[in-house]
Amino acid sequence: MSAQPYRLATGGLIDRKRPCHFRFDGREYTGFAGDTLASALLANGVSLVGRSFKYHRPRGLLSSGAEEPNALIELRRGAAREPNTRATTIELFDGLEAQSQNRWPSLGFDLLSLNRWAAPFLGAGFYYKTFMWPASFWEKVYEPLIRRAAGLGRAAGADDPDHYEKSFAHCDILVIGAGPAGLMAALTAGRAGARIILANEDFAAGGQLHGDGGNINGTAAAAWVNGVIAELAAMPHVQIMPRTTIYGVYDGATYGAVERVNDHLLSVPAFEPRQRHWRIHARRAVLASGAGERPLMFANNDLPGIMLASAARTYLQRFAVKPAGRVVIATSCDDGWASVDAALAAGVAIAAIVDTRSEVDEALLSLGRRSGAAIYCGGDVVKAHGGHRVGAITIRNATGSNTRHACDGVWMSGGFSPLIHLTSHLGARPQWDEQLQAFVPGQNLPAGLAVAGAACGDFALGACIAAGQRAGIEAAQACGFSAPAAEPILCPETSAAVGVITLPRTAAGPVFVDFQNDVTAKDIALAAREGYSSPELAKRYTTLGMATDQGKTANINGMALLAAARGKSIAQTGTTVYRPPYTPVSFGALAGHHRSKDFRATRLTPAHHWAQEQGAVFMEAGAWMRAAWFPKAGESDWVESVIRETKATRSSVGLCDVSTLGKIDIQGADAGVFLDRVYCNTFSTLAVGRARYGLMLREDGFVMDDGTTSRLAPAHFLMTTTTSNASKVMQHLEFCHQALWPDLDLHMVSVSEHWAQYSLAGPRSRDVLQRLVDRQHDISNEAFPYMGAREITISGGLPARLYRISFSGELAYELAVPARYGDATVRALMAAGGEFGITPYGLETLNAMRIEKGHVTGSELNGTTTARDLGLGRMMSTKKHYIGRVMEERPALRDERRWQLVGLKPVDRSHRLKAGGHLVGRHEPAVTANDQGYVTSASYSPMLEQWIGLGLLSAGDKRHGEIIRACDLLRQSEVEVEVCNPVFFDPKGERLHG
Amino acid sequence: MRIGCPYCGERWNDEFVVLGDADAMMKHPAEATFALFYDYVYLRDNPAGRHRELWYHQGGCRQWLVVTRDTLTHAVHGVETARCAAQDIEAAS
Amino acid sequence: MHYSLWSVLREGLSGGKGWTPAWRDPEPKAEYDAIIVGGGGHGLASAYYLAKEHGLTNIAVIEKGYIGSGNVGRNTTIIRSNYLLPGNIPFYEHSLKLWEGLEQDFNYNAMVSQRGVINLFHSDSDRDRYVRRGNAMMFEGVKAEYLDREGVRSFAPFLDFDNARFPIHGGLLQRRGGTVRHDAVAWGYARGADQRGVDILQNTEVTGIKVEHGKAVGVETSRGFIRSRKIGLACAGNSSRVAAMAGLRLPIESHVLQAFVSEGVKPLINQVILYGAGHFYISQSDKGGLVFGGDIDGYNTYAQRGNLYTIEDVFEAGMAMWPGLGRLRMLRQWGGIMDMSMDGSPIIGLTPIDGLYVNCGWCYGGFKATPASGWCFAHTIARNEPHQLNAAYRLDRFATGHLIDERGTGAQPNQH
Repeated sequence: MSAQPYRLATGGLIDRKRPCHFRFDGREYTGFAGDTLASALLANGVSLVGRSFKYHRPRGLLSSGAEEPNALIELRRGAAREPNTRATTIELFDGLEAQSQNRWPSLGFDLLSLNRWAAPFLGAGFYYKTFMWPASFWEKVYEPLIRRAAGLGRAAGADDPDHYEKSFAHCDILVIGAGPAGLMAALTAGRAGARIILANEDFAAGGQLHGDGGNINGTAAAAWVNGVIAELAAMPHVQIMPRTTIYGVYDGATYGAVERVNDHLLSVPAFEPRQRHWRIHARRAVLASGAGERPLMFANNDLPGIMLASAARTYLQRFAVKPAGRVVIATSCDDGWASVDAALAAGVAIAAIVDTRSEVDEALLSLGRRSGAAIYCGGDVVKAHGGHRVGAITIRNATGSNTRHACDGVWMSGGFSPLIHLTSHLGARPQWDEQLQAFVPGQNLPAGLAVAGAACGDFALGACIAAGQRAGIEAAQACGFSAPAAEPILCPETSAAVGVITLPRTAAGPVFVDFQNDVTAKDIALAAREGYSSPELAKRYTTLGMATDQGKTANINGMALLAAARGKSIAQTGTTVYRPPYTPVSFGALAGHHRSKDFRATRLTPAHHWAQEQGAVFMEAGAWMRAAWFPKAGESDWVESVIRETKATRSSVGLCDVSTLGKIDIQGADAGVFLDRVYCNTFSTLAVGRARYGLMLREDGFVMDDGTTSRLAPAHFLMTTTTSNASKVMQHLEFCHQALWPDLDLHMVSVSEHWAQYSLAGPRSRDVLQRLVDRQHDISNEAFPYMGAREITISGGLPARLYRISFSGELAYELAVPARYGDATVRALMAAGGEFGITPYGLETLNAMRIEKGHVTGSELNGTTTARDLGLGRMMSTKKHYIGRVMEERPALRDERRWQLVGLKPVDRSHRLKAGGHLVGRHEPAVTANDQGYVTSASYSPMLEQWIGLGLLSAGDKRHGEIIRACDLLRQSEVEVEVCNPVFFDPKGERLHG
Repeated sequence: MRIGCPYCGERWNDEFVVLGDADAMMKHPAEATFALFYDYVYLRDNPAGRHRELWYHQGGCRQWLVVTRDTLTHAVHGVETARCAAQDIEAAS
Repeated sequence: MHYSLWSVLREGLSGGKGWTPAWRDPEPKAEYDAIIVGGGGHGLASAYYLAKEHGLTNIAVIEKGYIGSGNVGRNTTIIRSNYLLPGNIPFYEHSLKLWEGLEQDFNYNAMVSQRGVINLFHSDSDRDRYVRRGNAMMFEGVKAEYLDREGVRSFAPFLDFDNARFPIHGGLLQRRGGTVRHDAVAWGYARGADQRGVDILQNTEVTGIKVEHGKAVGVETSRGFIRSRKIGLACAGNSSRVAAMAGLRLPIESHVLQAFVSEGVKPLINQVILYGAGHFYISQSDKGGLVFGGDIDGYNTYAQRGNLYTIEDVFEAGMAMWPGLGRLRMLRQWGGIMDMSMDGSPIIGLTPIDGLYVNCGWCYGGFKATPASGWCFAHTIARNEPHQLNAAYRLDRFATGHLIDERGTGAQPNQH
């Protein structure tokens, strides 16, 4: 076990009493609680942590945070493996396992690093110009090779073992970021009494204060942070959310966030989620996301050991880790010089300091001189040298002569760019600020969002804190709280982070702009030269900013290069638009619990448990689970069950649960008028106590839905809809009433779930019912004929509704009872029917019997059929206006060649007919020109003892008796079928009236 | 996106079903002529900017609402019940 | 310049200084023989085929932003011809055939990858619908394959076969379907058109369409008036706004469709898979990112962004279909504006105004149609009459009732 050779003896926000053992690429290391994986690796002297995407160049840590382009690793193992995880954001825990990715056979020796020698041929967009010869080689040769080489880490390839959940939150003020500005904003507004959520992507509050230290109101920065957090934590109306990233801004002041609840533990505790997705509505928001440092652009600027200066200070001071022993500090801003003291304090030697500006503040220069470093003002770094780590760099001084300095680290600062991603999620374009040398939030920010601190260009600590305070006051006031006046905050003046973007002046080697995607300065220039010159085109052509870090360290340098290549200013060329998410968001978090059986709600009818007890096989019907058939011992497939269930029903009595039908209760003086308008047939004339089959059209003239509607009282109708259209019809009726005809006097409510409903079908159905229905209700054939509908009581006073309607073609009833009596009623019916051999049947038998009767369901009511197509043309009233009437008259809807409903019977009775086959003439080839329709539904008919089907056939009405073919080319079957009347069984309907 | 339902308060758009152009769809032709119905069923102004549209609070009070919303910014500028809007249309015609 | 192995080697050795612009940046002329409004995939393809197939080279493509800035640059890159209705299959099949020879045709590698498209079904009625669709394809001579549950498993063993709320019953496979590098389609057509003399006018916004005596005579632009007697509108997403400049109302609403890409991972999924029990479809790009999407948000919009509800819906369906996705991460999301038509099918054809042609109403099926759309639109503009392949996509079909409603949801654009 190694001894953390690069760990400083003291300091840092780490808990040295809590060592954490971890493995990287199989080797064991130790770090401390409070480390990130990155800082722990550095402490152990591991500087090579990854390989780049295209050239597989060796890479080390560039940054210390979410912007990291290089240090991507596979975290955990087995099904929990997470590829592309940034080592800089992983909180170290005991037992952590990680491995490097996108390399073979090992991180140290990666064969594909040979790509770097082919780099001249692999410039931006090379693949658009090649791999075209011969044509057939793309899928066979080139693409598989490219795919294997591309990609980064490996997905687990197994189901995610963890759980996720979703939460919703509402607050007055959402503060994004817990650096100095965010803390101050939260504190100020919190003191004013506003309900606050303080979200911080880091696990520790403080932001860059931990890297840069400093002194606030006479207190050391770390202590100040602790004090503020303690005060906020004591406020009941403030919710502090560490490890929480606000990843996107959405309309209506809605913020998407992911809380990494348990990612910092070895395993997720029982009953807890790994991550939690938050949807937050905030009246106001303060974006205090800070700023990100830009790399300098020089040859080989990607070598391990070269890192952002602010990151180096973070490693030194927050994690007490020495990233290097002897460094060159390269900067284009004052802030880079802040690393001098930090380095000296940690015993890091400074070989040289190079500032691209010729004029540098004298105080900084004297600081530099004290360090003993060679100082180059107005110079620049020409090239870094080294293999797996930087070993030296060549610096050109202001007069143009080169000097080489040995070093094992380069700390660079190209200035800072405010992290303004969230400000443009709703379309606001960032604006170039020449003074700040950075893009700043543009106009039309998301409503309610204010930007404070370094995110707004207030880089100096004092200004940053003051801006946070101001933002807190304004937000609190906007929410109606009286906030105190701003108090002065005392901070020592800090160096300015305004850096000049310095373009590479020589081409001594590849100058990396987008480190992860290996986009170089040369690539940007090529894009501009080839005409891909708008920022978005250049981005797409070179892949600048399209890696997992989304170009956080790359985009601004890239835009500067692009502007220069076009001879324009950055202000003129602009930048690409930031899109959500700010950092990548896991699938799991966005899905929450909605997976496996919990993907969508499951609706069960009141008789579900009863059906389970009967051994029913269930099938999904939309959200419902419905019994499909009730197998008995000895039955080998559903067809055998259907034959038994059908025969039992047609010969005696069967029972089917039809509770899933949509039911809409419509009451009011104008209910009949209303129904006349929404149905194509007439309902206002329906007598009380009667039911009628109704057909509803869409306004475009096609059939929308069907069902029976009963009149229970003069001003009281009960409509039923198909199961699948229940909510759609309800919505449609509400629309018609509220938006079209609000003057009609009626009310309606969906009662689909209030009533359990059972179909009793078969010649003995009345006998069964009579045992249950209370005596005072006469349900004899005379008193309660076909299409009767009545409110009754059963079992000694239980209110129920009885409809004498039939889908099976038998004497049949539907009995509805309040849902809570559904289970008891089905059992009572079964008991009452015992002596008649009552047989429960499921959807398959329902389907077989309805096909025998030529009744249509969703397969025929498919949204493209008209009433005429279905043989229901005569239902369309000519005496009234109704929805769909006018458009139904269009010529194409009345064309005689339209596909019309027919029955189909295989000529050879042993042949099986399946739905989905297309219909062609008996001797015609099966090609589009001869396509005359298709088989909509098919089933085995127990009564005809053969397979039968319904179909839609061109001019089918006039073709009964013709022999045609049903061609299922897809499943290689062809069946000769006779076109017939769709009513196969009891065509005169005599059994209904029994 | 959040819609201020006059009955239920401001809610996320998950709770609603949106139908489309209120001005087009609520002006159900009084005369049963093909030309009027063709316009009614098929043609839409589809403006970029303020748009009066029908939203149904399916996960709430089941009321149809006329929401005035900007199709460029998604800002909601006003909400009224379709019932009120329909009565206005009737009164105007 | 022509792209060849030789040119790539030569430029590699000489530092790439010899690569020339893929297209010119010309000044607009006062008059063109034809103008295409919209420099997206369809507009550029139309110009390309006008020049290549019809010899019309004095033409301009007018684009308000940069080329390919619309939906060709923001889709999920799927190509297929597995359609149901007679008007659609031959058209999309023609498109697929053009895709198959596209790179050699325009000398640009758009990475057309015929890796197969699988539509899953989860119930008997779904199955029947897909069988009907597969048979419609087979009738047209387009190969389709029926997969049972085990057949699906052999392609995609990682799907949820054991514990799904909506179990997978099987799938419909079209092996010739696949994906294409979407931006490259716009660039390849632009380069090919430019080489044939077409002026591509970027950052030029059409602000008016001039019509005299029922005839189109030119367009007002941000760079002045440009005369032309043939004007083709190929600006899906903004079709209504541009058509309104000529006084036309269209049977179209603008809606946003969101799409997503994950972080890059090593090859994980070969085919394009479309979930049948929720709104979700997914494939993997050559670069390694999973490219996926779902349903439109449902409200009219011209903002290229959507809302969280739809996003969550997409990821829920994704996890339900493929529970191994949980630890992968969404890298970027974006929204494209769709012309949602009243029957879910496109419109390519003449308008009541002479010399004004529309190409619109693509719903979310426009990308795969790009080659055939350009090819047919070019024919329509050059000959002043539709080709047989786009004859069904007439603007007046809504009046006659010859609708092409694959989903059967009627005049409700956000349901298609």
